Amino acid sequence: MKNPSGRTYAAEGNEKYTGWGNSMSFISYFINGISLGSVYAIIALGYTMVYGIAKMLNFAHGDVIMIGAYVVMASVSGAGLPPFAALLVSVVFCTVLGIVIESVAYRPLLNAASSLAVLITAIGVSYLLQNIALLIFGANTISFASIVPVPALALAGGALTVTGEAIVTIACCIVIMIGLTLFIRKSKAGQAMLAVSEDKGAAQLMGINVNGTIALTFAIGSALAAVAGVLLCSAYPTLTPYTGAMPGIKAFVAAVFGGIGSIPGALIGGILLGVIEIFGKAYISSQMADAIVFGVLIVILLVKPAGILGKNIQEKV
Amino acid sequence: MAMLEVKDMEVYYGMIQAIKGISFEVNEGEVIALIGANGAGKTTILHTVTGLLSPKRGTVLFEGKDITKIPAHKIVSLGMAHVPEGRRVFAELSVYENLKMGAYTRKDKAEIDATLAMVYERFPRLEERKNQLAGTLSGGEQQMLAMGRALMSHPKIILMDEPSMGLSPILVNQIFDIIEEVSKSGTTVLLVEQNAKKALSIADRAYVLETGTIVLDGDAKALMDDDSIKKAYLGE
Repeated sequence: MKNPSGRTYAAEGNEKYTGWGNSMSFISYFINGISLGSVYAIIALGYTMVYGIAKMLNFAHGDVIMIGAYVVMASVSGAGLPPFAALLVSVVFCTVLGIVIESVAYRPLLNAASSLAVLITAIGVSYLLQNIALLIFGANTISFASIVPVPALALAGGALTVTGEAIVTIACCIVIMIGLTLFIRKSKAGQAMLAVSEDKGAAQLMGINVNGTIALTFAIGSALAAVAGVLLCSAYPTLTPYTGAMPGIKAFVAAVFGGIGSIPGALIGGILLGVIEIFGKAYISSQMADAIVFGVLIVILLVKPAGILGKNIQEKV
Repeated sequence: MAMLEVKDMEVYYGMIQAIKGISFEVNEGEVIALIGANGAGKTTILHTVTGLLSPKRGTVLFEGKDITKIPAHKIVSLGMAHVPEGRRVFAELSVYENLKMGAYTRKDKAEIDATLAMVYERFPRLEERKNQLAGTLSGGEQQMLAMGRALMSHPKIILMDEPSMGLSPILVNQIFDIIEEVSKSGTTVLLVEQNAKKALSIADRAYVLETGTIVLDGDAKALMDDDSIKKAYLGE
């Protein structure tokens, strides 16, 4: 396996058996891809749920991730909280932040004549969050100490190492997906979300408080963003006020990829994106990886404009 | 005292006045028809009564209580259900889940189950298809589901918007038979229809609407014999 410039990349593990090492590194990249993709999927859930229910793109979502990571960092190194408590603080903080953003910045505009108004506001909120972080924490890159307590797992006699972060990230993604699916299918609030996403007017006629349901959606999305922020910064241990921007955009791509508004779509889109990105970095060019990711997006949207699981519902008259 | 009383209602869409000061009342146990051509404002009136739109002027009284400012999602628990134009069932939910949505504001599980049994009895087709997604039902079945969903809230009054729209004549007759049954079982009905003939045939009283104004009202049977109504709405 060579990239166009002729460089061979270093396979992890045993270099003596080249074929064996290559397949081991392939597996290792694949796991890393799924792990990164799991983070994208968790972030994409926030995009896709908010889009599904409020029909808006919350471009500040990525920056909530960054805020969540700073809160964890401040709670661990500043207040000396244990990692799990810090995560809880961050989840609560981001949940409240999400609700506040929705009620202050978006709700007054949801019925505005142009849906662009709320989109532009979201971009504004994104810059606001970045600049607040800049003001409080400064522009310097802070190294983020991983708070994942799980040790790395050595497989195949040490030829394959799976980091604790990857294990925890993938496990979190699975738990969140199952939990969220059960919540939406089985709980009354979840069913209300489905009803609101389909038809706000009809949902109101059922007695569903649409504003409350939208606020709940933002709360869930932002809580997940906090979790994603911690996982992301544990795997890639640096933190700046712009840390959330790129993963936010990529998770948005993942959501569109899978079919925006669809929860399984966010999972599929996120995982695919992560795997494509890591393989692109490993086998083609690390500089080109993002271009490859967005290139694949363009191709998929040309072939299937609604995304992989997106559908165009036919209305019956 | 009328069960539902609308006084001097005026509704605007931006600068355009859709409803130009109308008043009407619905007494307990009645079937009231609001008839009129497309664009007369029938749907706007229903939307304003259930709070999906707010009037610029005028009041809506339900059982003597002013509900003009009450948001739409709090209306249903007062005992008023609305079957919207075009059914608007939740296509991605199953028939059963749609019916459960209708009982969203109710708490007592045993009572909800009793109402569900009653709805299934009235619409056996819905029970046969309870696990099917609502979006896959035929137009007539979706209308039945929309009506069943409204009945799930156990309403005192049910507002129906164009229940016959887009249905075959046989289905139209079936739907109107069901409306009569619903009325006989003690639910007050406010019916909005373009199909004036069918609406007048089951209504006690009716109001005739033209471009946002009530031009005629009275006993349904008498309106059926009215020459101007015959000419304009009954095609005779």
